[in-house]
Amino acid sequence: MLAFIIRRILSAVPLLFGISVLVFILMAVAPGDFLDVARSQEDIPAEYIERMEQEFALGEPWHTRYFIWVGNVVQGNLGESWIYRVPVTELLWQRIPATLVLSALSILFALCLAIPLGVLAAIYKDSIFDRISSMFAYAALSIPEFFLALLAVMFAAQTGLFPTGGLSSVEHEFMSFWGRMADYAHHLVLPTIVLGMGSVASYMRIMRANFLDYVRSDFVTTARAKGVPEGRIMFLHVLRNAINPLVSGSGFILATLLSGSILVENVMNYPGLGQLIFEALMRQDEFVVVAAVLMGCVMLMLGNLIADLLLAWSDPRIRLEKN
Amino acid sequence: MSAFHLKVLIMHNTSNSYSSAMAGPETGRISISSSPEGIKPLLEVKNLKVYFPVHGGLLRRIRGYVHAVDDVSFNVSSGSTVGLVGESGSGKTTIGRCLVRLIRPTAGSIRYLGVETGSLSKKTFFPYRKKIQMIFQDPFNSLNPRMSVEQILGEPLSIHFPQMNIEQRRDRAAGLLRQVGLDPDHLRRYPHQFSGGQRQRIGIARALAVEPEFIICDEPVSALDVSVQATIINLLQDLQEELGLTYLFIAHDLAIVEHISNYVLVMNQGKIVEQASAEDIYRSPQHPYTIKLLEAVPRL
Repeated sequence: MLAFIIRRILSAVPLLFGISVLVFILMAVAPGDFLDVARSQEDIPAEYIERMEQEFALGEPWHTRYFIWVGNVVQGNLGESWIYRVPVTELLWQRIPATLVLSALSILFALCLAIPLGVLAAIYKDSIFDRISSMFAYAALSIPEFFLALLAVMFAAQTGLFPTGGLSSVEHEFMSFWGRMADYAHHLVLPTIVLGMGSVASYMRIMRANFLDYVRSDFVTTARAKGVPEGRIMFLHVLRNAINPLVSGSGFILATLLSGSILVENVMNYPGLGQLIFEALMRQDEFVVVAAVLMGCVMLMLGNLIADLLLAWSDPRIRLEKN
Repeated sequence: MSAFHLKVLIMHNTSNSYSSAMAGPETGRISISSSPEGIKPLLEVKNLKVYFPVHGGLLRRIRGYVHAVDDVSFNVSSGSTVGLVGESGSGKTTIGRCLVRLIRPTAGSIRYLGVETGSLSKKTFFPYRKKIQMIFQDPFNSLNPRMSVEQILGEPLSIHFPQMNIEQRRDRAAGLLRQVGLDPDHLRRYPHQFSGGQRQRIGIARALAVEPEFIICDEPVSALDVSVQATIINLLQDLQEELGLTYLFIAHDLAIVEHISNYVLVMNQGKIVEQASAEDIYRSPQHPYTIKLLEAVPRL
């Protein structure tokens, strides 16, 4: 088990290097650079811009800059944000928890809603409930996240029930511990729903299909013929088998949530990694982009690893040592 | 029927397998359908009909019915093996499922030891779920992959013998594994760790767990290799001899059915087209469908 985890983490290292190279190339290919904004302003002296160019090594080709960056990374230095003039690690530490909490809550929200709905849709197959839930699923799948985010912001603004953005209120610092937690939760409700909605729909359909597959299997027929209570059949025989793809799929869902969070965080003004990546990309704040993209990848790989471990824990057929 | 009589009948049945069936007319035949000598059959099925509605059109109204089982009558006497042959879709499996009330019959009666089980409520049918067990075709689909062998064998025990504690259930499960020729140390293993034949043995052990009288074998060997088929068939025959079991043996392969059964029912399109003792079916098939089935049996 431990060997499996270590091997997985080690195998991620070359992948991360590959991704960082790709990001550097893409940034170099993109027109303009970070100083274009400064250059367009006539009151900024040319010597200042020249000094900055030298500081950021913008005159060098991308591979030279890449190796400088790698040299720094090996020493544990991810560089400095050119916009904020603070170390990138500091920025990441501010943003990652927010995105992690949002993604985890979205997955939880999706699972808690999708599993019971999917199971009910399967048990009451072809009923009114099944039809309405599948209609809801198709609707949720076809509405783009950013549009749902816009609707949510509008809803918040119109009703005043929820904050229209941000992670915490203005008076956050003056609250008690539990008050602060409640404040965070209040701010998380809408982003969680918006980000999780698409996954609810897809999870629900997967759950329904799997459930139906297992309901038809012979071991369920046997259990019925033996007089096993229906509830026990549904939970022990069907659900435990049907839930597998959701467990292994949760790593993949994390990936879609991370990319979805770029849009949602921007529309809903949620200060997470997605917003940071977007902002840094727009301003070509190179080190921040690379670091944030890498962090996204690390989170994705950890998510997949956790999903694999969960699957191995829940399914006796999967033994990690043999892989 | 006296115990002695039953024993004799069982001995007779099990020896009356392939070799004796081939031997010729002097082998004893048991006429099951007519229940000779006043023996009350274990199972009497009369005019059984199962129709499934066919939905169609925009509003999914009932357009018609599939006659899955159409006016079928037969008897199974205690300790015997009745073979039920027919091609896919002929209604064999539906009959099997009707007997354990997984499917409600549209009409007709099913009497088990003289009791009409078709009209029993869910609760009053429960004791019969202990007496009648099923063995399935696909050994990969019939065992829950998430349950260990101990759990698989323990579940029927916990339902029908609630007074047993965990230790007793484990002992019984180990005994069952030994009975079907598996190592009792395999209790903690999961189904995927066994071969197809071994899994079918686990399926048989699960059926035996609750000490049934009557086992419906729904194509128990069709998914297995020929060499494994023989060992499973032999196991079923040994168990029948040992425990006095009664089998309804469903298959599409007439050769196997003829080998294991005393009496054979041939089904086609929901109807029984011919029923006779195994030798009669083999020696002088009457119905053209039976002849076609026999011609389809590969010979060396």
